[in-house]
Amino acid sequence: MSLRTTPFHPRTGPLSEGQAWRRWAGYVVASSYELSHDREYHAIRNSAALFDVSPLYKYLITGTDAGRLLDHIVTRNVAKAKIGQVLYTPWCDNAGKQIDDGTISVLADQRYRMTSADPTLRWLHLNAAGLNVQIQDVSETTAALSLQGPSSRDILQLAAERDLAKLKYFRLIDAKIRGIPVTISRTGYTGDLGYEVWVDAAQAVPLWDALIETGTPYGITPAGMLALDVARIEAGLLLIEVDYFSSRHAFIEAQKSSPLELGLGWTVATDKERYNGRAALDAERERGPEWLFTGLAVDWDSLEQLYADVGLPPRLPTQAWRMSVPIYDRGGHTQVGYATSGGWSPLLKRYMALAHLGVEHAKPDTELRIEITVEHRRKQARAFVTPLPFFNPERKRA
Amino acid sequence: MKQYDAIVIGGGHNGLVTAAYLARAGKSVLVLERRPRVGGAAVTEEIFPGFKFSMFSYVVSLLRPEIIRDLDLARHGLHILPLESTVTPMENGDYLAAWADHDETRRELYRHSPRDAEAYDEYGQLMHFMAQAVKPILGMVPPDPTSFAPSDLAGLLKLGKHFRGLGGERLHALVKLMTMSSADFLDEWFETDVLKATKSASGIIGTFLGPRSPGTAYVLLHHYMGELDGVFRAWGFAKGGTGAVSEAIASAAKSWGAEIRCNAGVSKVLVKGGRAIGVALENGDELRAPTIVSSLDPRRTFLQLLDAGALPDELVADIKQFKFRGSSGKVNLALAALPKFTCMPDGAGGRLHRGAVSISPSLDYVERAYDDAKYGEFSRRPYMDVIFPSMIDPGMAPPGKHVMSVFVQYAPYNVKGGWTDAKREAFGDAVVNTLEQFAPGFQSLILHRQVITPLDIERITGLSEGNIFAGELALHQLFFLRPAPGWAKFTTPVRGFYQAGSGTHPGGGIMGASGRLAAMTILKNGA
Repeated sequence: MSLRTTPFHPRTGPLSEGQAWRRWAGYVVASSYELSHDREYHAIRNSAALFDVSPLYKYLITGTDAGRLLDHIVTRNVAKAKIGQVLYTPWCDNAGKQIDDGTISVLADQRYRMTSADPTLRWLHLNAAGLNVQIQDVSETTAALSLQGPSSRDILQLAAERDLAKLKYFRLIDAKIRGIPVTISRTGYTGDLGYEVWVDAAQAVPLWDALIETGTPYGITPAGMLALDVARIEAGLLLIEVDYFSSRHAFIEAQKSSPLELGLGWTVATDKERYNGRAALDAERERGPEWLFTGLAVDWDSLEQLYADVGLPPRLPTQAWRMSVPIYDRGGHTQVGYATSGGWSPLLKRYMALAHLGVEHAKPDTELRIEITVEHRRKQARAFVTPLPFFNPERKRA
Repeated sequence: MKQYDAIVIGGGHNGLVTAAYLARAGKSVLVLERRPRVGGAAVTEEIFPGFKFSMFSYVVSLLRPEIIRDLDLARHGLHILPLESTVTPMENGDYLAAWADHDETRRELYRHSPRDAEAYDEYGQLMHFMAQAVKPILGMVPPDPTSFAPSDLAGLLKLGKHFRGLGGERLHALVKLMTMSSADFLDEWFETDVLKATKSASGIIGTFLGPRSPGTAYVLLHHYMGELDGVFRAWGFAKGGTGAVSEAIASAAKSWGAEIRCNAGVSKVLVKGGRAIGVALENGDELRAPTIVSSLDPRRTFLQLLDAGALPDELVADIKQFKFRGSSGKVNLALAALPKFTCMPDGAGGRLHRGAVSISPSLDYVERAYDDAKYGEFSRRPYMDVIFPSMIDPGMAPPGKHVMSVFVQYAPYNVKGGWTDAKREAFGDAVVNTLEQFAPGFQSLILHRQVITPLDIERITGLSEGNIFAGELALHQLFFLRPAPGWAKFTTPVRGFYQAGSGTHPGGGIMGASGRLAAMTILKNGA
């Protein structure tokens, strides 16, 4: 017995130079294929990076009430979505606290694919009582690749032999790549121009080969989770169990967050009837959330000084960190929040962090202090509240 | 003659815990044990040359972490090794496994039911919450709800606040756990029968109830309160067997000067003017101390150690009503090699044998096992919890050989016609034959077999009717009702005479909590 490997493993396995694997939803996926993730990161922003995202949980929801079920669960308005549209959405418990976030793809009339970070089958069933709906767990039978970066469109157009210029951000189409039926959605987790390709697991390896072959002249680069982690922080995209806890896993109330507190207010519909958490979210919107999730930019001079004080050049977290780091007010004595992810952006040349801040301290450009351990001693560096995302290129939507 | 501050009757783990805490507080303490060795039901014995057995109690989980810390048991040799998995062979040749790794367990459950795979996590989380909610009660002297004494009122107030703080959802779950049968409770969560059967088993252990009997849901929770290294629901195996736990506590007690005398059965507690003044040994000797503690079960403590007339009639009546009803037995086997189970012939690389094997293929199977017992027979096909201690601690058997510990339920103490040698062997045969169905060829590996009936448990350890919890873990016998209303605070009507065994709150398992609470009570009363 061991962990599962994804349908792409026959190809990704031999690529791993340092056998650096990590767990994702019961599967092993590459942390990085090369010994360092640098080149994989730069591929995301410079050419095209290819990620195996098969471990995502995927559910196929069909039937006359499929849309109703989803509308009952998630905060976005599913009824309004058109065929071929993809919605990013959180979903909440009845107290308006976030359970998970993912996407809903409208594949056809009465036919949806939902992705989630946590297993969601039971939650779907619990909410489906009395509805005419079929719920199918297709997590294992559907494999997925994510192709992200400025060259991703060129590669995919060639491979799919069709013009993708008209495929808009968060839309999907059916296509064939070397005869393999796929769904291509213009989505991703990098905040860049990028696509996700959904395929029957049995066809995973030929799809991989086709993309690698077509993409090699364009610099396609298989990339792992370390590179992705830096990119998603630049894009200001939150990660469950890192930046927030599912309300279903939280042990105490204080560990739970609402979408309004997580900067996802734009996903919370006001134009649909009842859905899980609606009343609580309406009330919270009315009084205003107590917390906000926002970016923090660590001030370079202040960081450099802390290291200079002990005779060292500044050390930068080139691998993103995932832990809780206290954030203090300008005076440095009162804690006003905590950062949950952070790292150095090689592209932006900025030390970024994602932080939960008390709402009165979350206005852009507010000066705060972030705790930094320098040579075994706890210090504080200056940091400024920065709206998310840190990086938002035009090509993402163009 | 040496004058002691306190004499503890019974060298089981609770008696030893009481003695250790008293000695640690500077008291001179003597422990009197009837058998040649300490441990009570937590003993390791070499029944067959080279093969060591945890004769009765065989796993450790409930031992309170504060006791491990306070008594520095690690320094005294306690080493708890992980027991990580449970495999349940099914009658159709399939199996259900819960492995140490969450992802693997999820995948395994998913094979049986995708929905149960998710429910399992939520159920685990709820039970974790509930265990956490109930945990403070384990460390609390039960307040008397009918008393107006300040300490009782304060205790009740604390309890009330605690429950109010749980919030609606968890309070409702607690009420369900207190009132439902484990089968009904599990039905609310799962659809996979074998999963429910295996989970329900921890709701019946040590009770004379079946998985469909109301009240068993609470016992589920009781078994969730096991906590190792801060992790709830972690079960372990003590290196050297459960006797090593007793030895470690004894060693701690001795390090603070406690004396332990074996082969020293106590026949009576000496009472003068409503006060305990000492004990009379079975050999006729008398020993004096102003504080006498009984770690024996309530029946022996009140009805055997004391003379009739020393107690109020109501208490005597209550103790006579206190239910023991031993319902389980034990079969200890020395094996030439590990058995192969049909459901997992390769033993998953040894992992099957490093964890528990649960013979609980369906809810009906377990309930039918109970049906036999209800009408006075041992189960023809019993529920069994099997472990291979030599796979976890190789020192338990000669190299390459193995010991197998089989906890068996049901075996009623009051079996029809009484327990005879022939009946004991028939019971052993039922166990071996049932196992043989799941692991063909297993019988031929047996080098030695020890069959222990509830009557044997009573005869050897002194536990009345062979109840492994020193009194059934039934709701009407818990907290301020354990062992009797008004006498749940470790004191007795005889001044200077205390109770400390598992028959007092919170009771059951190698927990030590009652022994510790008794010591606290004694020290508070200024012994």
